[in-house]
Amino acid sequence: MLSAPAGTTTRLDANFDERGFRRVSPHPVSWWIWAIGIAVATTRSPGIVSTVILLAALVAVVWICHERSAFSRAFPAYLALAAFVVIIRVVFYVLVGIKTGGDVLVPLPRIPLPDWAGGIALLGPVTASGLLSAVSAGLALAALLVCFGAAVALTNPQRTLRILPASLHLLGTSAVIAMTLAPQLVESWHRVRRAQALRGRALSGRRAVAATTVPVLEDALERSMALAASMDSRGYARVHGGSSRAVIALLLMALVGAALGTYALLDGSGPRVLAVPVLAVPLLVSGAAAAIVGSVIASRRIATTTYRPDAWGARENVISGCGVAVALLAVVGPAILPQSLAMAGDDPLGWSLPFVVCGALAIVPVLVAVRR
Amino acid sequence: MITFDAVTFRYTEADPPVLEDVNLSIAEGELCLVVGATGSGKSTVLRLVNGLAPHFSGGHLTGTVTVGGLDTRTHPPRDLAGTVGVVGQDPLAGFVTERVEDELAYSMEQLGVAAPVMRQRVEEVIDLLGLHRLRHRALSTLSAGEQQRVAIGSALTAGPRVLVLDEPTSALDPHAAEEVLAALLRLVHDLGVTVMLAEHRLERVIQYADSVLRLDADGSLAYGPPAAVLASSPIAPPILELGRLAGWEPLPLSIRDARRVAGPLRERLRAAQEGEPLSEEKPRFRSGSTETPTSPLALHARGLQVRYGRMTAIDDLDIDLLCGEVTALMGRNGSGKSSLLWALQGTGTRTAGTVRVADPPDAAVGAGRGAGVDPVTLAPDARIRSIVLVPHAPADLLYLENVEEECREADHATGAAPGTASATLGRLWPGVQDSVHPRDLSEGQRLALVLAIQLAGSPGVVLLDEPTRGFDYEAKRRLGVLLAELAASGTAVLLSSHDVEFVAQVADRVVVLSEGEIITDGPASVVLTASPGFAPQVARILRPLPFLTVEDVRSTLAGAP
Repeated sequence: MLSAPAGTTTRLDANFDERGFRRVSPHPVSWWIWAIGIAVATTRSPGIVSTVILLAALVAVVWICHERSAFSRAFPAYLALAAFVVIIRVVFYVLVGIKTGGDVLVPLPRIPLPDWAGGIALLGPVTASGLLSAVSAGLALAALLVCFGAAVALTNPQRTLRILPASLHLLGTSAVIAMTLAPQLVESWHRVRRAQALRGRALSGRRAVAATTVPVLEDALERSMALAASMDSRGYARVHGGSSRAVIALLLMALVGAALGTYALLDGSGPRVLAVPVLAVPLLVSGAAAAIVGSVIASRRIATTTYRPDAWGARENVISGCGVAVALLAVVGPAILPQSLAMAGDDPLGWSLPFVVCGALAIVPVLVAVRR
Repeated sequence: MITFDAVTFRYTEADPPVLEDVNLSIAEGELCLVVGATGSGKSTVLRLVNGLAPHFSGGHLTGTVTVGGLDTRTHPPRDLAGTVGVVGQDPLAGFVTERVEDELAYSMEQLGVAAPVMRQRVEEVIDLLGLHRLRHRALSTLSAGEQQRVAIGSALTAGPRVLVLDEPTSALDPHAAEEVLAALLRLVHDLGVTVMLAEHRLERVIQYADSVLRLDADGSLAYGPPAAVLASSPIAPPILELGRLAGWEPLPLSIRDARRVAGPLRERLRAAQEGEPLSEEKPRFRSGSTETPTSPLALHARGLQVRYGRMTAIDDLDIDLLCGEVTALMGRNGSGKSSLLWALQGTGTRTAGTVRVADPPDAAVGAGRGAGVDPVTLAPDARIRSIVLVPHAPADLLYLENVEEECREADHATGAAPGTASATLGRLWPGVQDSVHPRDLSEGQRLALVLAIQLAGSPGVVLLDEPTRGFDYEAKRRLGVLLAELAASGTAVLLSSHDVEFVAQVADRVVVLSEGEIITDGPASVVLTASPGFAPQVARILRPLPFLTVEDVRSTLAGAP
């Protein structure tokens, strides 16, 4: 092993353990592309079944490939939040939703509100089609939440921040420190509470809060001072020149471009050529260009280097490729495929062959990203 | 390599200077030990070397400090990062990243070192400090000794020619401390790194030092070869005190040198011992639970188990504490010492087992009286009158505005007569002013205050978790006197400690814990001489004679004809 060229040994050593298993999880960006791809697909979902297929793929991938970190343990919370969103949507439909005709499931009485309420009526007969569309709308929002949660669970935020361009280096470092300090704060809170219980008198009310807060804050302050001293002694911010106005302006432009472009892309009602919204492309492209130029200018001012930047290899291509394919298929598929293939009739449940394929594609990363 | 030229430093205009007119020059490849009582300015000297004082901490510096030819006045710490590496007392507080390898590379990333060079240096440091198995681990999962080695490693990767360490072994058990010191020695010997090291526990490092910088309480300063600087010093490790007592010339600094000249002393002691057996003056615990204990039981625990989730910290452990006995709990970092203390006291987790302590003095006379009571079942205000714990961060207990209020609150909580806590504090540490904010006390004073608070209810059992952390010899001596007083009044004391010399001075009995089990339980004189890792210096020098402290030797010699 020592006789091999230096570059290859260290790379192997870093990415594989003794038994040849991959030690390093895939590049965080690949997971984000994958998750964004699926998020785009869900916005084009024709109905419940298609969305649920995509959601199932997300959950399966997270279940199998997640990182072992506090952030992956939060994934169930995202699922709970998503379920809550759907429930709220249904509750609102039952309470104040506009009830159209159809098969009545629950014949609730209709309670008209006074005129000043704008003609809104409470309750009313709950129909199957109305309920389905409420669930479907709720799921569309819930799916976006789950996509975000999945990306967070599958990546290590500290690694994600490391790949920020050098221009955002200081921001990234502060974020990393904040993330490390938060659990420490909780831990010192518990420690102080426990220690004060030793004094034999249970404090209550405002006094208890003050008695605990003061040592905890003091602890946090001491820790921050120690950390700042340590970072200073280790050369932090030594070659940083500060951000210039041009950089800030360019980054703002990029942000605006990205936001408007994304909206145009996801909004199905705008003008389009070959099913691709016309406005989205120039907006996204100009936003990306502004971001790149700004980053390059800012990065020139900072001379830090990155130790062992995360590698981008075949599996990263597969993962991000799956995301892109899912998005493309969902956006373009229904338009270019023959009508009979694209939509299995006008199914109220939202069956759609392209989305079954999307679900299958979305789960492919499981094959390349081995669980750690 | 490091020069101080007419350096005077004070933190504010009003304060007396911490250092006054200091001139010294430390050569390349030297291991310089900085010693002094708490508050004598050791940390300040170290901070001056890399510019943290005055650039980071503030203060007024006159004169010049140069390191590797760079003036710290014009070079802030970040500019010196490639020249001076700094390692603090608590490595975890200084870590910036999450993984060992990233932490090693952090400094170089900041300095803009090219990626291939970074990789090469990280590999070198990993080999040098034996970090290979740790390289992919998360920093928070490492043991204290491993963390300290990583901290040294991450200071080294930037290729500094000077390494500054502020009490790097103070939180470590004896074996982990040896590990860290061995790593340091390698740096000095193999790479010619200049090392400045502050340390309270001289016995650990004195034999490795090339020079000693002694800071005295009055602001004066001595610098020179260890034997010369420490010969007249009030701060001295046991090996030097023994050397002075025996009149060895020159004073030996390593166990090996001392053993070679200790032959005649051993003969004298053996002769003295035969004349009069040693055991009379100190009532030592007679080992094993089969024998009937000489004093009444103060605490009785059976089948104790502590689990956190899937991890077992204490497993099926039995322990008895006797009235009037000082027991020391020793063992590696993470062997379950703190968990045991917290479980015994009743505030901490206890998954299984029984604990009985003597009833509080004012408990109702009833059927159960005399059988003892489980501390968990006691209300907090009753518990503090039968068993108390002083945690390893005593400051957590303090929350009032000044010392007087804290003492009054303690009297109130325990129902003691007004002034009890205050009087105890006066005895423990005379001269602590009532109006001072607890946060402004020194470490020793703070521990004394917390002890006074916890002792207000005159509990029968006192538990102390790492009480000597950050203590100098004087503070340890005071604590030793206090513990002896407590024991004399019939209190049972259980203290956890890494400090072998302190344990040798105060403990009657030693319990060694490993992975939640009691490995050894016996009289201090037996346990401390049996294992080389836990043996105090005097025992190592005088082996096979069962002496632990210089005091033992002195009294035996005085008793001999």
